[in-house]
Amino acid sequence: MAGLIAGVDVGGTFTDLVVFDPVEGRVELAKVPTTLPNQTPGVLNAFEAAGTDLSAIDLIVHGTTTTTNAVLERRLARTGLITTEGFRDVLELGRRTRPQAYGMHGTFVPVIPRDLRLEVPERMDARGRVLTPLDETAVAAAVRQLLAAGCESLVIHFLHAYANPAHEIRAVEIATRLWPNSHVTAGHALLSESREYERGVTAALNAAVQPLLERYVTRLADQLAERGYRQELLVMNGNGGMVSARSVSREAVKTVMSGPASGVMAAVATGRRAGIGNLLTYDMGGTSTDVAMIRNGVAPVSNEIEVEYAMPIHVPMVDVRTVGAGGGSIARVDQGGMLRVGPESAGSTPGPICYGRGGTQVTISDANLILGRLPANRFGKASDAARAAIAEQIGAPLGLGPEAAAEAVLRLANTHMAGAIRMVSISMGADPRDFALFAFGGAGPLHAVALARELAVPRVLIPARPGITNALGCVVADLRHDFVRTLNRPLDTVDISAVHDILSEQEAEGRRLVEAEQIALTGLRAEFSADMQFVGQTHLLRVPLPSARPTRDEMQALFEQAYHARFRVDLPTMRANLVNLNCSVIGARPELDLSILIDPAGRRDRAEPESTRPVWFNGWRDTPVYWRDHLPLDLHLSGPAIIEQMDTTIVVDPGCTIRSDTDGNLIVEVGHD
Amino acid sequence: MIDPVTLAVIQAGLQQVCDEMDLTFSRGAFSPVIAEADDRSDGIYDAADGSLIAQGSKGLPIFVGVMQFSTATLIRRIRDGVTAPPAPGDIYIVNDPYLGGTHLMDVRFAMPVWRGGEIFCWLSNTGHWPDTGGAVPGGFSASAISSEQEGLRLPPVKLFKAGELDPEIWQIICSNIRVSEQRIGDVKAQASALLVGAERLGALLDRYGDAEVREAIAMMRDLAARQMQAMIALIPDGSYRASAIVDSDGVVNEPLTIALQVTKADDTLRFDFTGSSAPCMGPMNSVRATTLSSVYLAMRHIFPDVAISAGAFEPLVVTGIEGTFLDAAYPRPVSGCAAEVSQRIAEAVFAALVQALPDRVTAAPAGTSGNFGLGGSDPETGQTYVMYQISGGGYGGWTGGDGIANGCSTIGISKAPPVEIMEQKYPVLYRRYALREGSGGAGQHRGGFGLDYEIELLRGEARASFVMDHGRVGPQGVLGGGDGAVNRVEVHRNGTVIVPEHLSKAQDITLAPGDRVRVRTPGGGGYGNPTARDPALVTEDVRLGRYSEADARQLWPGHFAKE
Repeated sequence: MAGLIAGVDVGGTFTDLVVFDPVEGRVELAKVPTTLPNQTPGVLNAFEAAGTDLSAIDLIVHGTTTTTNAVLERRLARTGLITTEGFRDVLELGRRTRPQAYGMHGTFVPVIPRDLRLEVPERMDARGRVLTPLDETAVAAAVRQLLAAGCESLVIHFLHAYANPAHEIRAVEIATRLWPNSHVTAGHALLSESREYERGVTAALNAAVQPLLERYVTRLADQLAERGYRQELLVMNGNGGMVSARSVSREAVKTVMSGPASGVMAAVATGRRAGIGNLLTYDMGGTSTDVAMIRNGVAPVSNEIEVEYAMPIHVPMVDVRTVGAGGGSIARVDQGGMLRVGPESAGSTPGPICYGRGGTQVTISDANLILGRLPANRFGKASDAARAAIAEQIGAPLGLGPEAAAEAVLRLANTHMAGAIRMVSISMGADPRDFALFAFGGAGPLHAVALARELAVPRVLIPARPGITNALGCVVADLRHDFVRTLNRPLDTVDISAVHDILSEQEAEGRRLVEAEQIALTGLRAEFSADMQFVGQTHLLRVPLPSARPTRDEMQALFEQAYHARFRVDLPTMRANLVNLNCSVIGARPELDLSILIDPAGRRDRAEPESTRPVWFNGWRDTPVYWRDHLPLDLHLSGPAIIEQMDTTIVVDPGCTIRSDTDGNLIVEVGHD
Repeated sequence: MIDPVTLAVIQAGLQQVCDEMDLTFSRGAFSPVIAEADDRSDGIYDAADGSLIAQGSKGLPIFVGVMQFSTATLIRRIRDGVTAPPAPGDIYIVNDPYLGGTHLMDVRFAMPVWRGGEIFCWLSNTGHWPDTGGAVPGGFSASAISSEQEGLRLPPVKLFKAGELDPEIWQIICSNIRVSEQRIGDVKAQASALLVGAERLGALLDRYGDAEVREAIAMMRDLAARQMQAMIALIPDGSYRASAIVDSDGVVNEPLTIALQVTKADDTLRFDFTGSSAPCMGPMNSVRATTLSSVYLAMRHIFPDVAISAGAFEPLVVTGIEGTFLDAAYPRPVSGCAAEVSQRIAEAVFAALVQALPDRVTAAPAGTSGNFGLGGSDPETGQTYVMYQISGGGYGGWTGGDGIANGCSTIGISKAPPVEIMEQKYPVLYRRYALREGSGGAGQHRGGFGLDYEIELLRGEARASFVMDHGRVGPQGVLGGGDGAVNRVEVHRNGTVIVPEHLSKAQDITLAPGDRVRVRTPGGGGYGNPTARDPALVTEDVRLGRYSEADARQLWPGHFAKE
């Protein structure tokens, strides 16, 4: 394979494209507006903007927010549910929660409305023994009723199907004969794990986004083919791997969190080449910030992600945590006279005052602008409005000048974000000081250095193209399939040969699926793990296993080690419980040379500032402004400095030093002022 | 004078210290009730009087402000020479409800933060232990008539001395509680949360200086009071009356009344409980600390923006509880105070203030933790078990819409266990887990729906106990709305239906295989006059089977008259 490789990622505002030409050692980039709700024209525009000949491309990997938007905006296909008698309301009752800890109100709309949730006689017990046989006539009648009600998708979700899926499988057979399309999802098929609400919502969301995703990828693949693309279109999944467009809609729900996952995969690849295995990724957007923790070059995967209130998607996905602070977070002085930042956000509409779209409340972006951290010429007159608003809304009540007020806003915002990131790392059992901060997204590099200082993180890594990191994630990601099987038994009662059989079957199935994709690979590997706990506990700890044939003693020992590493507690008298067995089969793709992301020909011999502008660091300081693409690879600079590039602005505080690695990543050593 | 920016940053820093303590406690705890259900809380308290400086945002709501009372008592006892003074590395343990607590199962740890040989402040946390001894596993004895039947009561004593667990006190505790071998995991987690807090707070003090942080704390208190006053200013001057009813105390089958008059005058809000029932025989008494925190938590539900600190509570004055069941003294049993009475107190506060703040306050939520305990021995495994099924109920209608279905208790934030997990662990089969049709109170915005579940015992004998409420009257509708449906418990045995004498409370009802327990939890109260409801919504609820047409005709007669 010597042709071009393209990654195209659709974000909320922009569609980003990166095209690698490994032979010529060239990269083409494009950033065009996202088109909604149909993302296809935006994707095609990106290729046009980059001037790429589609017939010369060997592989296109696509990250799409089609399903994300469908879930968050509830633009879902009409979906019906057939479930166990007595349990049709599970999807509406949830787990007895409320949207926020304080405030006894809120709204919740179930994925499937009550009249499209039908019950049939059948029942398994918790061990998978049949208590009530499946009433097949009732299944057929329910299928017909849902078809008559105009359903396009169907979910079959029975109690304890993870223990014995026979009834679900039979009901799917019956339904498939009557259903006019392939949109039939069985609850156990996506994730064979107990907890009826979570499994049910996961299956229901899968069914409800399946038709949309299928229509979208089919249309996109057709249009790419029309323009000359002759190869397979691959689509990113939330587990950080990719699957072919032909099969992606079968497990459509796995694409819901694929955007954040791509960014993390790009960080993994960048860190691997830079020799940095421990990275805290920091992607700051307009309303929120995504944080993930990469340890030893491995992205964390979780089965327990909630995309919004009471909307769990329990399939393996890269564990990206969202912190409720972004460039649009609103700053104000409360009735008591205390400065506050967030959690309210101006979002993208009306957005910060400096966007000039009607925003009137001071945001983090406005504070960045009036302190010279963002280039004022990009914002025109709105920059005066931002300054006036900060003076009036923040400065006056606190008795501060506008600059001091803006600095106060940033200081408090950084304190909050640092605290939130600390909480994420502690909840994952790690100390942020052992990591480097990987800053990307449009606003990440603006705050990263100050944030690292607050967190006592020693180093910040700013990749070559922070603004197109997700698209880069598409081209560096691997092929990947994940499997989970619930056992939920004390380890000392588990049949260890059954453990070996399950893991081997999972691996074989994964290899079969990966090999069925016509993609060049440099290697194929399987990773095994067990989710374990002490008997009596409810939360799980993931324990990596060295092979598909662990011994019982080995599993016990690995669990105890993992438990100690995470909680610093030894509980030698307790028995271990084996809850899930997991396997991930990963097909590694050829490594790309990331040093060409910034055209080497454009680099200069010496770092020369393009200009100087006053930037506020505890007072105005004349600060050199550099253009990223001109910086040499043997770079040694000291802060304060501003480094601008097409897709972001990097602020380096006084007391820090900056160097470049051979790929052109900027490494900031965080010092003290 | 400290600058406003440093002030805000120090406040955020103190908040993070508390949040980090909460997280450390939960992640390290062994019991699901702490690790999963977050039935715990952590905070920072003033060295001189124990008043609350900051509290973790992820603590269970019932604990809002509550540890300042136990910390104040501890400080006073040390000053009076009743309790031995602390040395570095000492951690006190206390669970005495009458010394500023809740029920016995809420076990508090307290530890001073030392700076240069002086106590800068106290850190304290509370965790709900699965058992502290007493007549029944878990501590919720519906028929206890004295504190001793509820469990082991600890005055403040040092569980850790110079950093080491005191083996003698630990052995006394272990000899008096059930499943004691699992508690060491919780104790280590609870202590390590305080140690992490001390380390983080120490770093904050090193960075900003002790004097500056002390000054910031004083200013924070003042600003929080001003912020609460600004909220109180939204309430028109006047008095607002309300009441709430507890079904019974579990022993004497008579209702208990919470009478409340809220008066807004100047900058303060006075909560006068004069006229509430006298202390009761059974375990539905409350203690002073729990009663005050119930008022605070209700106010925080109404004004979620106000920081939790002693300053925010200053403008809230609670009176008239002396001599009532809201301020019970030893040896009155109190196990129901944190889970049930607290929710009735909050309901009374909501019912009073919705009159003044109709846009901020909802109609009454189900307001019970819905505790159903089942204990027995499973012949298939030979193991004894104690199962707890907690459940939610409907929330009240509110200005923005209908109440949500199956919401969490007012004082909690924990999820109910999945049916599949319950059936894996215990010899039971759920016949139904459904939305309780027709249970939401009528209104312009109707109440949310309760839960309707039925559990069959599969194997062995078992004993069922219930600690619930709202069996006598439903959650209150407001501003013309109707009440939500009452809680209903039924035991089905050989074709007969047994309803507990106390409706929502019972202890040790014997069950045989095949017997079934059906529980229908309360619906939320309705908000506003039913005639004002959008007719399309009435039609939709009937179409979805949430109300039978007959029920809907009764609840929204005007709607059908127009046809």
